[in-house]
Amino acid sequence: MGGAVIEVRGLAKSYGAMRVLRDLDMTVPAGSVFALLGPNGAGKTTAVRILATLIRPDAGTAIVAGHDVLREPRRVQRAISLTGQYAAVDELLTGEENLVLLGRLRRLGRRGSRRRAAELLAQFDLVDAGRRLVRTYSGGMRRRLDLAASLVVSPRVLFLDEPTTGLDPRSRQSTWSAVRALAGRGVTVLLTTQYLAEADQLADRIALLDRGEIIAEGTAAELKGQLSGERVELWIGEPAMVDRALAVLSDRPAGAERGALVVPTNGTAAEVRDLLNRLDSAGVAVDRVAVHRPSLDDVFLTMTKG
Amino acid sequence: MLAAIDDAGIMIGRSLRHARRALDTLFIGVLLPVLMLLLFVYVFGGAIAPDGAYLTYVVPGIVLLCAGYGAASAGVPVADDMTTGAIDRFRSLPILRSAVLIGHVTAGLIRNLCSTVLVLAVAFAIGFRPVAGPLDWLLAAAVLTLYILAMSWISVCFGLVASSVESASSFSFVVLFLPYLSSAFVPVETMPTVLRGFAEHQPMTPVIETLRGLMTGTPVAGAAWTAVAWFGGLLIVAYAVATVLYNRRTSR
Repeated sequence: MGGAVIEVRGLAKSYGAMRVLRDLDMTVPAGSVFALLGPNGAGKTTAVRILATLIRPDAGTAIVAGHDVLREPRRVQRAISLTGQYAAVDELLTGEENLVLLGRLRRLGRRGSRRRAAELLAQFDLVDAGRRLVRTYSGGMRRRLDLAASLVVSPRVLFLDEPTTGLDPRSRQSTWSAVRALAGRGVTVLLTTQYLAEADQLADRIALLDRGEIIAEGTAAELKGQLSGERVELWIGEPAMVDRALAVLSDRPAGAERGALVVPTNGTAAEVRDLLNRLDSAGVAVDRVAVHRPSLDDVFLTMTKG
Repeated sequence: MLAAIDDAGIMIGRSLRHARRALDTLFIGVLLPVLMLLLFVYVFGGAIAPDGAYLTYVVPGIVLLCAGYGAASAGVPVADDMTTGAIDRFRSLPILRSAVLIGHVTAGLIRNLCSTVLVLAVAFAIGFRPVAGPLDWLLAAAVLTLYILAMSWISVCFGLVASSVESASSFSFVVLFLPYLSSAFVPVETMPTVLRGFAEHQPMTPVIETLRGLMTGTPVAGAAWTAVAWFGGLLIVAYAVATVLYNRRTSR
């Protein structure tokens, strides 16, 4: 991956006494998908708004596509596209007119804008709806148009603020595949989400944001690894054998839960085989084995506890 | 600079499309002034001036009332943009920042001038005979444009701070009410002293006297300059305030 496309240092923003962002540091490599994951009110939208030049931070610096958001907002604006939390499409225009309007504001000219609009309508499965007023669109169609509107000119950095909030599963899937396709073409994507599955599905790197601070950052796997919570569950056929099994494994911090032996593990096959061998030679029959890896939900809930 | 004009032009196109689609607004914007004209001439006119001369007196007032009503609704589409999030996308584009506002105000002005022409046409059809020459019409149009622009930008300020589209239109009340306390419908000499003092010195009176003078040949005297000073000043202040509000406020 190339250098950083988004470089944030010590970003802070307060509204009155409420500190929405405190000392935010963040580096997003070029061509990656970076997820800001956090609950409502964590400061995700505020961070995106600062990076998209919509609001000014109280302190700190933010460089987007090589330009400071405060000193050179115009240059930043030329490199970015924003799809906000609320579908920012014009209800009184048709889908096509929405795209043509943005094309013209991006200096594609009348004809160029119309051509680009047609391409995008086809790409986002809106050809039939293109001539209808957006007022008549469903939530999913609005979202697709909203995303298309961000791609009238291929941006270097795309900000997606909760792109699938309120969407049905099918629309969510199609939004995800659109984001993946963009990332495949080298667009850097910064997305905010409160859905762990979404971050897990899309993002190369994830930052957990809680009360204006990043409390953990890494790949999905790294974050899950931080919770050394991988466990192997051994289901013993005969309940009476559970105690004997516990005795066999007395050297491990094993516990019993509803007829299953739960043993912390590093998740390697060798270790699981060793456990099974020891139980087998002690005459304890194991019915089923399940390795439980912590989900991002576990990470999230553990880290934002209290 | 050229790019800025281009941006404004594109946004004016957008707002005009909106105006064409919001047919109910367009319809009321045209129908209301015509109804007001007929109401004043045929219902009140007989009592105020039995000889029928009231038509000549009241037309400039109706024109002003109609223009003010249209201008006062300029803030409504602004509030709409602010509350739907459309503004976020526009503000994140490398375009003239106030292009969105200029689009709404200019489209409103065009719509407004069209309905003014229609009101004048109806007035003419029922017997209004202005004495204005081409230059007088031009000056009247200029004064009216200044009035509409000033009122529109004030309305835009309301639209920018309003929390909903409905509250954005609260300014209409002022604009619809103030002309009654001026020389628009009756000469101020007929009012009680206190009211008369207010009516003589509020900004509506000089602009009405200017329009009346240009259209029907009554003396304009200093009224034109007072009107230009009032509404030129209001326009500058309202535009400045709107720009600051627009740059500061972000939708939720």
